[in-house]
Amino acid sequence: MQRIINFILNNRNTLLYLFLFLVSIFLTIQNNNYHQARYFNSANWLTGNIYGVNASIRKYFNLKEDNEKLLKENEWLRSRWFNAELQDTVEMDTARLTYEVISARVVKNSYAEPDNYITLDRGKSDSILQDMGVITSRGILGIVEKSSSGFASVQSVLNSKSNINAKIQHTNYFGSLTWNQQDYTRVQLEDIPRLEPAPMKAGDTVVTGAMSSIFPENIPIGTIEDFELNQAGSSYTINVRLFNDMTNLRHVYVIRNRKRPEVLNLEKEVANDR
Amino acid sequence: MTDKYVWGTIQFIGLVLAQVLVFNHLNILGSINPMIYILFFFWYPAQENRTVLIALAFLLGFSIDLFSDTMALHTAAALTTAFFRFPIMRFVFGVNMEFQNFRIANSTRVQQYSFLALLIGIHHLTFFGLEIFSLPNLLLILKRILFTGGSTFIFGVLLIALFSGRKE
Repeated sequence: MQRIINFILNNRNTLLYLFLFLVSIFLTIQNNNYHQARYFNSANWLTGNIYGVNASIRKYFNLKEDNEKLLKENEWLRSRWFNAELQDTVEMDTARLTYEVISARVVKNSYAEPDNYITLDRGKSDSILQDMGVITSRGILGIVEKSSSGFASVQSVLNSKSNINAKIQHTNYFGSLTWNQQDYTRVQLEDIPRLEPAPMKAGDTVVTGAMSSIFPENIPIGTIEDFELNQAGSSYTINVRLFNDMTNLRHVYVIRNRKRPEVLNLEKEVANDR
Repeated sequence: MTDKYVWGTIQFIGLVLAQVLVFNHLNILGSINPMIYILFFFWYPAQENRTVLIALAFLLGFSIDLFSDTMALHTAAALTTAFFRFPIMRFVFGVNMEFQNFRIANSTRVQQYSFLALLIGIHHLTFFGLEIFSLPNLLLILKRILFTGGSTFIFGVLLIALFSGRKE
């Protein structure tokens, strides 16, 4: 017994190192699965608030640019509105709308890592929950992975785990949007079936598809830069240049789909019946 | 005595904040972010307890990980650096280490820089070695080790020069 204790005491540094190292490896690996969302992330009280203070200081230096962005968006929305065909009734009761939009501010952004996460200054207290879509005025940004009471951690489209349903605008060819971790201005659209002639050409717009209960259909993502057949030769891999400047994000919108629980329930029931 | 701990705590918090608020957002040439918190292992007193250093390394790495959403990559790398710090010091400073009043700040400049370079080397090897599992190709990792390591070294040397006067 004495020798065991002596052994432990003599090698306490090595043992402590090995133990803590294993803990950190465990924390790293445990994150690989999407739905085992990271337990430790920057959307907690301490880090969130420090990033929040930092962001609110930086905010003042960008007011002019932010105003211009907002003006541009209003201009676009107004031109859409004036040119929209008039319907005989306009739904005013917001409780009956399918999608709810919540604005939020980016307090931490990263784009140079192999897996990028964005932290927002709103969380559960503003009813932001896991699996809600996040967009900017220009296009898609990511999906909420985890939220605390005051902050939310968003899995950016620049993340190896990101997988979003997308299609080529004005067609019904859809695939999944992934990222090959190389260039933060480009993402990849995969699984577009091989057809002759190809259903798209460079410059076409890619938008979100209807197969997801997270994003509404037709939210812009980017334009097609080039494409090639995948190794098996059965489908195309398309390089998409993002509309969003991922290096410069401040104001974002979180989208809540009120019908998502219903969709999920239905899908679960069907899976159970099988 | 208390002075030492106060200075140490300020250094710890200062390095974490500098890393996550400034150096994580530099993105030199698009994606290079120097990891200057390694300087903690450079400035840590030579004669202090190694067990405490390993525990502090865990805390340091974990705080950086929390802020940068990198799971526990920084934790693992910081721990490994702390563990191998003593052998590295033996290698670089040799017999001088045995003296009671040995201070890293009093050693030659070449010794200091090689000490820093070795610390950065072991840290980046662990960090990017673990990141292999999430990066698609080897070339990208080698490129990142080289460029990030280089930038960490340059900023490290600058910061050491900047703060060397103030220390004791």
